[in-house]
Amino acid sequence: MNDKKPFVIIIVISLVGIVLLTKLFMIQVMDDSFTRRAERNAIQRVVDHPYRGLIYDRNGELLVYNNPIFDLMVVPKEFSVKDTAKFLSIFGIEKEDLVTAYNAAKKYSSVKPSPLIKQISSTDFAKIQDFLIDYPGLFITTRSVRSYPTPIAAHALGYIGEINARQLERDSSDYYEQGDYVGLSGMERFYEDELKGQKGVKYKMVNVRGVDKGPFKDGAYDTASVAGINLTSTLDRELQLYGEYLMKGKTGSVVAIEPKTGEILAMISAPFYDPNELTGANFGKNYSLLNSMDSKPFLNRPVMARYPPGSIFKIVQSLIGLQEGILFPETTFACNRSLVACHNHPSPVNLFGAIRNSCNPYYHQAFRRIINQEISSNTFKDTQIGLDVWREKVMKFGLGGKLGVDMVGEYSGDVPSSKLYDRVYGEGRWKYSTIYSLSIGQGELQVTPLQMANLAAIFANKGYYYTPHLIKAVDGDPTRIPSKFRIKNEVGVDPKHFDIIQDAMAEALYGTANRAIIQDLVIAGKTGTAQNPHGEDHSVFVAFAPKDDPKIAIAVYVENAGWGGRAAASTASLMIEKYLRGQVSRPQLEEYVLANNFIY
Amino acid sequence: MRNNDLPISRVDWPTVLIYFALVMIGWFNIYAAVFDSQNAKSIFDLSINSGIQLVWIGAAAAIILVIMAADHRLFENLALPIYLFFLVLLLLTPFFGKEVNGQILSIGVGSFRIQPGEFAKFATALALAKVMERPNFDLSQTKNQFIALGVMMAPVILILLQPDTGTAMVYFALFIMFYREGFPQRYFIFGLGFIALSLLALGIENNLYLAFGIGLIFLILASIGKRSWKRTLVFGGIALVMIGYSYSIDFVVSKLPPHQQNRIMVLFNPDLDPLGVGWNVTQSKIAIGSGGFLGKGYLQGTQTKFDFVPEQHTDFIFCTLGEEFGWLGSLVVIGLFMTLLYRLVVMAERQKTRFARVYGYSVLSILLFHFMINISMTIGLFPVVGIPLPFFSYGGSSLWSFTILLFIFIKMDASRSQQLGRLG
Repeated sequence: MNDKKPFVIIIVISLVGIVLLTKLFMIQVMDDSFTRRAERNAIQRVVDHPYRGLIYDRNGELLVYNNPIFDLMVVPKEFSVKDTAKFLSIFGIEKEDLVTAYNAAKKYSSVKPSPLIKQISSTDFAKIQDFLIDYPGLFITTRSVRSYPTPIAAHALGYIGEINARQLERDSSDYYEQGDYVGLSGMERFYEDELKGQKGVKYKMVNVRGVDKGPFKDGAYDTASVAGINLTSTLDRELQLYGEYLMKGKTGSVVAIEPKTGEILAMISAPFYDPNELTGANFGKNYSLLNSMDSKPFLNRPVMARYPPGSIFKIVQSLIGLQEGILFPETTFACNRSLVACHNHPSPVNLFGAIRNSCNPYYHQAFRRIINQEISSNTFKDTQIGLDVWREKVMKFGLGGKLGVDMVGEYSGDVPSSKLYDRVYGEGRWKYSTIYSLSIGQGELQVTPLQMANLAAIFANKGYYYTPHLIKAVDGDPTRIPSKFRIKNEVGVDPKHFDIIQDAMAEALYGTANRAIIQDLVIAGKTGTAQNPHGEDHSVFVAFAPKDDPKIAIAVYVENAGWGGRAAASTASLMIEKYLRGQVSRPQLEEYVLANNFIY
Repeated sequence: MRNNDLPISRVDWPTVLIYFALVMIGWFNIYAAVFDSQNAKSIFDLSINSGIQLVWIGAAAAIILVIMAADHRLFENLALPIYLFFLVLLLLTPFFGKEVNGQILSIGVGSFRIQPGEFAKFATALALAKVMERPNFDLSQTKNQFIALGVMMAPVILILLQPDTGTAMVYFALFIMFYREGFPQRYFIFGLGFIALSLLALGIENNLYLAFGIGLIFLILASIGKRSWKRTLVFGGIALVMIGYSYSIDFVVSKLPPHQQNRIMVLFNPDLDPLGVGWNVTQSKIAIGSGGFLGKGYLQGTQTKFDFVPEQHTDFIFCTLGEEFGWLGSLVVIGLFMTLLYRLVVMAERQKTRFARVYGYSVLSILLFHFMINISMTIGLFPVVGIPLPFFSYGGSSLWSFTILLFIFIKMDASRSQQLGRLG
């Protein structure tokens, strides 16, 4: 016998053991992909969706809440019905629908739950609740949809919807997953982080056929969801509701701001829609319907529409002139209609008269003084320098740049710089006569209704503004709002120069906007007409009131409604009365606005 | 010589202890494999497999007592009758047995059924020992080789009729014993070379590379050493046969039944069909692989319990161990098996009769093969063949046949000093 042979066999045994242990080490210790695959196999992650934060108005009235809706789920294998007719009557479902849903459920899986009846309302749920126990294999899952007790402020509040692929990709926190709902516009989007809450997660074990086998590790890794933070909006529900009532059937914007704080009291974009339409099962259908309408109800006009400021811009010109020491209250110009068209009024006029009468030639001449200060002997160069210095000053009024309202998609507006004209006309090839229409708020100037409302607030505050915003408190705490909304923005004009402006604005109502006058309530206002090359001009009015202690500043745009003194001034006046007095005492004016017939 | 001593004091206790350790660990794992936390039953509950296995463990203990109490000459005297008895049973099984999944593995009356293929292992080991015990039985002689192979192949052919390829393969493990007993080494070199070439031919996608490699090796071999036409021709001939074989094996595989073909293909590419043929191996690897170093803890496994791994309590019982006890648990069990196998070498070598030594090496060969192939298939090192893990897997026939196989040898070993030395 060869003595080596037992050793050879021992070596073979050892090799087998070593190979097995090495391979086991590789898959058990070195490679953790099997652990992940095992979890994918047997551990199902069930997300516990948190309640989204509620939104209240400035007076604590509920604007947005969560409405529970119920899905009736079925596990086909456990489900049986003895008396079909009784079942159909209890659950209020047609036989064909039941058969269709049941077959679809069965096709998906006979042991996993599928919806049998979707989106059952709370009232219907109450009816079927007690009968559920009679039917094995049926159970209820609860979801919630956004709901609006008063269907207002669709644009400001925004809506939520399923997260899209691009947003998912951008989500660096990895919080969201396919099928999650996120704020897509308005406050819902801007305050998504506050409103969304924190998802909870339950891990449950399933077997190879997907049957629930209980919580994983007795729920050691489960987390409860945390409800989102409730927000208080600056909106005044009554004022918003009234504004939408007035703007029904019109196209345009109303923006009302509390001047001392920058809080937006009402923000109406017409045409608007019922925010309840973009919740629940009908979201897709209604969204495409609204999206395809010619009137563009999704356009958030207060921050997205752009118009030339028109005559109202003359006030800004006056303030810059006063601050620069170029204009004085007593500065007088003749209403020289050879420069620019005007309407009938006494001539010449001083500054007060110019504002009151909205005299175009006055500002044509005043603006030339502001622009051409003869810093350069070259008139082209001088105009260029003057324009850019002027532009700086105008932009301090919150024009020509985004204000930074807590909304998505705000348009910046436009205050042209010398570069624009250089590009269009060539450097050194344009002078005051090229740009004079800026003097009366026409030409290349573009503003949003929000910027105009903010201007009204600046006039009311005598020279400062707070960035307009929709958030008043986070979780009831006003100090938790973004800090930029608590920074005072000075426009660089001495408060004393505002006295003559305010007086002239109050006086201007008499003659240009008689309809806006309210007894015993002094409104300072200015009409404007935004020229519209495509049709009737847009009716514009900005105002604040009461003049001596302004509580509300407002800008109203009514598109294609002609002169500012009619549609816009009337609407603004009604809004001011509603806000300051709580009720409206002028039914005829209300009727006039509602009749929506301003062109005559 | 204490010829009349009760051999209990000479029992190789380490082996017995390892046996019971493996049986008990196996029993706990069977319970874990079928455990349902939502409907938890006692490990003793006769309505679940662990309860039934305990009955079988009890019966195995009784079998052990019978074996230990029997006369040590009994097995030697009855070796051939036992062998013939199980051959007859194997022959009858296809005609009177019960068909499950296209296989007829068991035979019996009522609920008492046994798998003759399992028991034929120890019977064949006894028969081989009896045959090879004859004086001057030299395995280098062709006649004796045919006798030994004949005894080995008879049950193999009958088992292939059932058909049960896995169990039939086990008998080829007896070549380890043949090796020890002097079967010419050239056959092993040829055999292993054949297996290696087969694996290479199946594993390497393009046989052209393999042919090129073989050609190169033989070119080098032919160019070293003395050069003669004859030598070159022989080398060239061998190379051509090997290349021809590597091309023909794909053809041979294509002629196998589809389920066997698939098992072979999945071995080389487990991701080929993870939901179909690869399911067993993929899920088995996931279960074991997810165990990590320390495992998920007893009864905490998810993959085996929730039926992701098929045959979890029988052929894939190792998955439960790997998942719940991790690499450390695997190390313990593999360590126990290796210790048992080393111990069997030591015990076989100390036998005074060739009968006992041949039997001892047969036990070792069969256990080593089961251990190696069963664990290998659960971790994707070997195609899925339906053979149990000794002492571990659920099932009476399997547990009893391994118990009988092992304890007959323990009995022989305990009685070795009563044997008249006839080692030549």
